[in-house]
Amino acid sequence: MEVKTSFNDSDMPPLLRIDKLVKRYDRRNLSGAREVLFALDGASFAVARGTTLAIVGESGSGKSTLAFCISCLEQPTSGSIWFEGTDIIGLAESDRRQVRPQIQLIFQDPSNSLNPRWSVEEILLEPLALQGKLTREGMKQRAVTLMVQVGLSPGMFGRLPAQLSGGQRQRLAIARALALEPKLLILDEALSALDCSVQAQIANLLMELQRNLGMTYLFITHDLAMAAHLADEIAVMNRGRIVEQGPAQRVLQHPTEEITKNLISAMPSFDSAARPPLES
Amino acid sequence: MRFFLRRLSHALFVLAGVSILTFLFTTLAPGNYFDEMRLNPQIAPESLAALRAQYQLDRPLPIRYASWVNSVLHGEMGFSFAYNSPVAPILFVRARNTLLLTITATLLAWGIALPLGIWSAERFGRLPDRLLSWATAALLVVPDLALALGLLVLAVRTGWFPTGGMTSLDFASLPLGGKLRDLALHMTLPVVALVLSALPLLIRHVRAAVAEVLDAPFMLAAKGHGIPRRTLLYRYALRAAANPLISLFGFSIGALLSGSLLIEVVMSWPGLGPLLLESILSRDLYVVIGGVLLSTLFLVSGNFLADILLYWADPRIRTESGVR
Amino acid sequence: MGQTGLSMVPILEVQDLHVSYSTLGGASYSALAGVSFQLMPKEILGVLGESGSGKSTLATSLLSLLPSNGKISRGSVLFEGKDILRMSTGELQQIRGKHISLVYQEPSVALHPTIRAGEQIYRVLAAHDSAPKSTLRSKTRHVLASLFPEEADRISNSYPHQLSGGQRQRVLIAQAIACGPSLLIADEPTASLDSTTQREIVGVFRTLRDELGYAMIFITHNPALLAGFADRLLVLYSGRVAELGPARTVLSSPKHPYTRALFQSMPKTLEDNGITRKTRLPVISGDSSAAPIPSEGCVFEPRCPERMEDCRKREPVPVNLGGSHTVSCFKYGG
Repeated sequence: MEVKTSFNDSDMPPLLRIDKLVKRYDRRNLSGAREVLFALDGASFAVARGTTLAIVGESGSGKSTLAFCISCLEQPTSGSIWFEGTDIIGLAESDRRQVRPQIQLIFQDPSNSLNPRWSVEEILLEPLALQGKLTREGMKQRAVTLMVQVGLSPGMFGRLPAQLSGGQRQRLAIARALALEPKLLILDEALSALDCSVQAQIANLLMELQRNLGMTYLFITHDLAMAAHLADEIAVMNRGRIVEQGPAQRVLQHPTEEITKNLISAMPSFDSAARPPLES
Repeated sequence: MRFFLRRLSHALFVLAGVSILTFLFTTLAPGNYFDEMRLNPQIAPESLAALRAQYQLDRPLPIRYASWVNSVLHGEMGFSFAYNSPVAPILFVRARNTLLLTITATLLAWGIALPLGIWSAERFGRLPDRLLSWATAALLVVPDLALALGLLVLAVRTGWFPTGGMTSLDFASLPLGGKLRDLALHMTLPVVALVLSALPLLIRHVRAAVAEVLDAPFMLAAKGHGIPRRTLLYRYALRAAANPLISLFGFSIGALLSGSLLIEVVMSWPGLGPLLLESILSRDLYVVIGGVLLSTLFLVSGNFLADILLYWADPRIRTESGVR
Repeated sequence: MGQTGLSMVPILEVQDLHVSYSTLGGASYSALAGVSFQLMPKEILGVLGESGSGKSTLATSLLSLLPSNGKISRGSVLFEGKDILRMSTGELQQIRGKHISLVYQEPSVALHPTIRAGEQIYRVLAAHDSAPKSTLRSKTRHVLASLFPEEADRISNSYPHQLSGGQRQRVLIAQAIACGPSLLIADEPTASLDSTTQREIVGVFRTLRDELGYAMIFITHNPALLAGFADRLLVLYSGRVAELGPARTVLSSPKHPYTRALFQSMPKTLEDNGITRKTRLPVISGDSSAAPIPSEGCVFEPRCPERMEDCRKREPVPVNLGGSHTVSCFKYGG
């Protein structure tokens, strides 16, 4: 089955292409019997450069496993992950080390992914130091640039993550991810834990970064409304497979799968005169 | 099931290993039982050689080990030169006495440490808790030996307690009630010494484990449901703090065992301690091995018990993987 | 008015509640300042609040469950006429779980990790009912069956880590309704769930309210959850009531600048044919939890897009707009 995006007709190949990805877990349950779980069961999709693909699904559909496999944190059982034309699954470790910085992952809960004992500055300097390309001065400069890029004041360098608000922590996580100049940013429920008004701020930031830096996003979420706002394409995931994919508008207004229809009807929403009028 | 079998095989492995190592070290150590006799000019060297041959001291090591294992399987555990009898009966009597002391001390120590630790955790950081912390720190600093000797001094000065031994001379003639009382009196000081040496560690750990749990969201939620205070502390908090405490329990058995060896010697309690000491000094080979092995058995059983308790207490260990 | 009966007497009356926390350094910061509202029997009040609004403080102070560094400096919480804040520990223990129940936040940590779900519900019953064990056990089964029509027994024997997020949340709800309370307080009960499960849980609350007739305070940061569910809506900002009124009114035509700005910042869904897709969302500048609270004047003033001169000088008081809709904003008088 050919994996398509609606951008196939452009001359650029997709930045990321997943082909029949399978991730199987073998476990033992209580009575010692073997249990097999297919977190990913032949998932396939593609993301065009500079666009946002939203992957929506309920919990247990395999969205997070997908994120871990693509960012090389987990080894898939079979299938292929084509990143910039190379299958990164078959790569040797030394080559994979080149690819890893180009794919970054932002988690749902920044308090879990930021070391609580490190200051903001140390958190930002860590990836730069590992990269080893810049001098100490150069690294500090870059850290300042990153802070400004995500809308944080460099005056916060000395603070600990616990002293930041949820939105600020998430901005910091984004800044850290940007430090390695990635091409692909995977956002695994990155907005879900934030307040509604803060979600809007971070969403705006993400869109701005995409415009300025040409970032490609894989936006994994169960919030269809935010996906509808941010994504160029939407892919619906269920039980480890992509069941439907297409331009955002099309999927939302003319869904073909039952799952998609259920997700759309489960979307909480309300009419309000306070919302921006349709014509602006 | 798999869990138990694995733990059981670990235990057996440890026991086998200990027996080999002990055998090795004691036989390789210079000298043997009959060296003392060599100093006696009245005993001819030939008699000594004959004795040594009789007790197989001349055979190569693996053969001696094999015949010792054979003896163990027959329930004799080798032969004691000093007592001139199979090792097993001697050991078991002493072991019983040691166990009496250790089990009582374990129960008593935990019986005091749990409520005190919980009480302290409830008042974490406040004056009563800090006073208890200082007291336990002070107790921790005092060496077991000093404790035991101090108690003996107390016994001598006040005459309330006997100053050693397990039973009085007229034990056999006492009625049952009298026998129990006599035993209890003799046990008191060694048990007190053991309990005092173990308490500081236990109290501190109970306090820390419970304090950590008291702040947990599920405790606040339970309080919000109107669960009464006693249930909150003893059912909810303790069960949540059980993991580290059960591991500590396994460890405390080992600690109390080794502590008991010293205290038995000081207080003349006829347990494994004095037996081991005298048999090491006199090179009574098989008694030493038997004693060490028995102590190891107790230790391993204690930890095995702790493992079982842990398995029973924490369902998360039972299910190897959680859901989502 | 000429009506008689329960419907005219509020089941809960919060008057001028002031709560503050003291930090290690000795300083104190105010979490709630002057919160007042009433709750009628069987009514669902939605409390809309983001981080820093004081919503969790509200939930815990209604049952006097504040941590040791929290202090209620002023105000009263009248439940059926009696002030909860002045009750003894014994009286509080009687009320909690039996007359007023709290559905705690974060189901993954609100349940005891090594006690089976069924027993955790049983304990709540046992704390308030001295009936024999068999009676309590059958009550437990009954409660579980109402929340898990199909797999009540399996859930009863399961440990929390064996249950999904939605199932854990239902167990929390079961604990809360077990003794038949007349008031249920839910603090972000759907925060960590996916949207389908969120909708399910809201449905569960609604069904149970119809069956059991309790009043409810539903605290959330997501206004969309309250649509079609809450009877009245209270908007909390920085420890103060910004707006309070019938849910439909507040949702469709909010009056307070904060409420309006909040609704504006949410992405529109399907109706607009994708016209606003990928456009910049209108946001409230700054950060509610990190913003310094001005010592005088309206708390929202530093971020308010419609601020005026007066806003910096004094704090607004609730202004009645009619139809039991009040706003605390100078734009409407006061």
